[in-house]
Amino acid sequence: MDNSAPPLNSLVSVRHLSFSRGDKKIFDDISLDFERGKITAIMGPSGTGKTTLLKLIGGQLHPGQGSVTVDGQNVHLLRRAELYNLRKRIGMLFQSGALLTDMNVYDNVAFPLREHTHLSESMIRTLVLMKLQAVGLRGARKLMPNELSGGMARRIALARAIALDPMMILYDEPFTGQDPISMGALAHLIKSLNNTLGLTSIIVSHDVHETLLIADYIYVISEGKIVGHGTTAAIRQSASPWIQQFMTGAADGPVPFHYPAKDYIDDLLSSGKRY
Amino acid sequence: MIDNLQNLGAQTRASFNKLGRGTFFLLQTLSGTLSVLLRPRLLVNQLYSVGVLSFLIITISGLFVGMVLGLQGYYTLSRFGAEETLGVMVAASLVRELGPVVSALLFAGRAGSALTAEIGLMKATEQLSGMEMMAVDPMKRIIAPRFWAGCISMPLLAALFSAVGIIGGQLVGSGLLGVDEGAYWSQMQAKLDFQDDIVNGILKSIVFGFITSWIALFEGYDAIPTSEGVSRATTRTVVNSAFSILGLDFILTALMFGDH
Ligand SMILES: Nc1ncnc2c1ncn2[C@@H]1O[C@H](COP(=O)(O)OP(=O)(O)OP(=O)(O)O)[C@@H](O)[C@H]1O
Ligand SMILES: [Mg+2]
Repeated sequence: MDNSAPPLNSLVSVRHLSFSRGDKKIFDDISLDFERGKITAIMGPSGTGKTTLLKLIGGQLHPGQGSVTVDGQNVHLLRRAELYNLRKRIGMLFQSGALLTDMNVYDNVAFPLREHTHLSESMIRTLVLMKLQAVGLRGARKLMPNELSGGMARRIALARAIALDPMMILYDEPFTGQDPISMGALAHLIKSLNNTLGLTSIIVSHDVHETLLIADYIYVISEGKIVGHGTTAAIRQSASPWIQQFMTGAADGPVPFHYPAKDYIDDLLSSGKRY
Repeated sequence: MIDNLQNLGAQTRASFNKLGRGTFFLLQTLSGTLSVLLRPRLLVNQLYSVGVLSFLIITISGLFVGMVLGLQGYYTLSRFGAEETLGVMVAASLVRELGPVVSALLFAGRAGSALTAEIGLMKATEQLSGMEMMAVDPMKRIIAPRFWAGCISMPLLAALFSAVGIIGGQLVGSGLLGVDEGAYWSQMQAKLDFQDDIVNGILKSIVFGFITSWIALFEGYDAIPTSEGVSRATTRTVVNSAFSILGLDFILTALMFGDH
């Protein structure tokens, strides 16, 4: 893998990034590029640090080593005000939705507009209804977050993430908890947002099928390393056992299903200790 | 032995660490003050949920405390034939001590615990981090308005507590036990000192409001983001606030009334 020269047109570039949680090394010197106007997917087993990577890109976590550059700015060297200005141009869909629980759906989607613009309430109404229509939940505008299903909450969160028309959206598991119909509709929405508004999208997902359908470029991460990357077509063709296992969902292969642990039989037989 | 020492060392370090984080948190909160002034709506909403919603508990408790003071005071004073001064005794106890202290303790239990749980849950459900990613500073949008609402509400609630308590003392004293009503009020007016009693009482409640709001918000913000973490933080808010209120009350009383 050649990481030395960033492609000219990358909006986000991650360089030699290392990050640890306590003793556990989550990333070990990884480099990735996210091209402008494209959909780039990050795939990998649960617990490899995909969410962590998005938080590093958004400047919520600080890397041990290496750098993250977004639109020419080194995220972790920015001053607070500059970082906030950058974030206004980034939408992020949290894995949990992260809706504000003391407001209804309408106010949640209106929240970034009210915080960052001086638009009139009637303008805000138009925009909010447009965004809600896009995710198919215009009829749910009066519901409170606790009255939504997990899948609905995530779609509302998506409407909120696109409220300010950002230059880039980070999606953390947008498809989880969606039925096949809304999954298809969401994939279509992400694709069309990307194409019509010229957004850059970074998608973290396990849903191989939907992701391959819309992504332009794919990184596969496992155990702190990038185990494969390439265009969607190349990934489909790839002979790499890591990628093949991930695409086909086989339990046996180089990608471990288990969190690192000592030998299973030894563990069962070593009675006496509690853990 | 070595283990114990190590433990002690680790605990001490952890406490200092927390104190540091708490101080930093307070500075950040204070730096959000300007944005509270620019958006008074946020403050008004919080004044309602922190202050107005505490009215009932403060009023009822104040009434009962005042009534008990009326009873106790009457029995003691009447032995010396000094029941005329019941008003002074009730008012001075309330305005100097019981008003600020008891209302602060109630405030920590009613509003402080609610603030901690609210902030802790917002953290646990990633609402605070979500806000940060939307370029909205939670210190300005969430913490600072709640902090100032607490600081403003506390003296007002303490004043309410004292006022209702004085009425309670009068109800029992003149209504039930036959102390002359005119004497109750006029003695009180004549003997209470504005600076010594009233101003000092208000100063105390301002300090208590500050400390309780700070503790409640910081514990919520610093909570481990799980249900257990939030529940522990809520307990810590009530316990630490109570200790701080009572400890500070002693120090403040010594400073204010020490030279008499
Ligand atoms: N707050 C935390 N403190 C300590 N370790 C953490 C914390 N958050 C995550 N981790 C660890 O970091 C690793 C990566 O977590 P992360 O949430 O990024 O995984 P993920 O790839 O998003 O998984 P999933 O697909 O299940 O969402 C995990 O092994 C987890 O144990
Ligand atoms: Mg995740």
